[in-house]
Amino acid sequence: MRFDVLVEVRLRPGIADPQGATIERALPALGFTGVSGVSVGKAFRLSIEAESAVDAEERAADLARRLLANPVIEDSWVTLLDPEPAP
Amino acid sequence: MTARVAIVVYPGSNCEHDAAEAVAALGGSADLVWHGATDLAGYDAVVLPGGFAHGDYLRPGAIARFSPVTSAVAAFARSGGPVVGICNGFQVLTEAGLLPGALQKNRGLAFLCTTVGLRVESTRSVLTSRAIEGQVLRIPINHFEGNYTCSIATLDELRDGDRVVLRYEVNPNGSVDDIAGICNEEGNVVGLMPHPERAIDDLLGSTDGRVLWAALLAGAPARR
Repeated sequence: MRFDVLVEVRLRPGIADPQGATIERALPALGFTGVSGVSVGKAFRLSIEAESAVDAEERAADLARRLLANPVIEDSWVTLLDPEPAP
Repeated sequence: MTARVAIVVYPGSNCEHDAAEAVAALGGSADLVWHGATDLAGYDAVVLPGGFAHGDYLRPGAIARFSPVTSAVAAFARSGGPVVGICNGFQVLTEAGLLPGALQKNRGLAFLCTTVGLRVESTRSVLTSRAIEGQVLRIPINHFEGNYTCSIATLDELRDGDRVVLRYEVNPNGSVDDIAGICNEEGNVVGLMPHPERAIDDLLGSTDGRVLWAALLAGAPARR
């Protein structure tokens, strides 16, 4: 069965995020006040052939840790998207 | 005996000729070695040059880890061989797990291309063994992701083990503890963001890189 997975990679807390800070400082120029905590990361969408949803999630988490994120500076989150209906 | 140096060329490396020129200028012999190579036997030292290995896709160095030559570099390093990663080469070494930490985007988000002062902090590495502790070298930097980052535990290990090799006189990029270059425990694997190959001739504005290349070439044949 195929499972669509969203992997998000973000900088770990305490790691400087100059892109996020720059975006946050730019927002008031467009009138967006009161916006804080802007952080910049990456999003990956994958489709994984797996036995079960749990299996798909585990494999996605593993590949995220081992390739998509650099654990020295980044954390990763896996979200299972709605699976395709079984044929 | 002339030191034989392998300059690794990944798709997207772009400082390999400068590095080869530096090796030649100091009396060594340099071969450009394509990233598909699986064996570095016969070489006295290995240099991972600057550039954008594999387009810096995903993160600088992240894909270079999978090039066959990177496994050969790791084996060469494990056998005690001198390995130096310059700029993108430093990023490859951290991604490949041969050096700790990571290189983040510069604080201030500016691409930096300028000559900086570097203080030699340790002479126990294969790159700095001929320099003098406290000596200041004028060497160019040329990077966007040179902001060295690591955990507090790693930083303690680096400091306690005398593994911070070079520090910036004035921190240009936000690197933790002003770190410009580090080495592994044994001192045979060194990574640095500045480009010593661009400081080997008066025409380039500085000859301060020569003492680093001389150390690498002098130390290398001692392995035989």
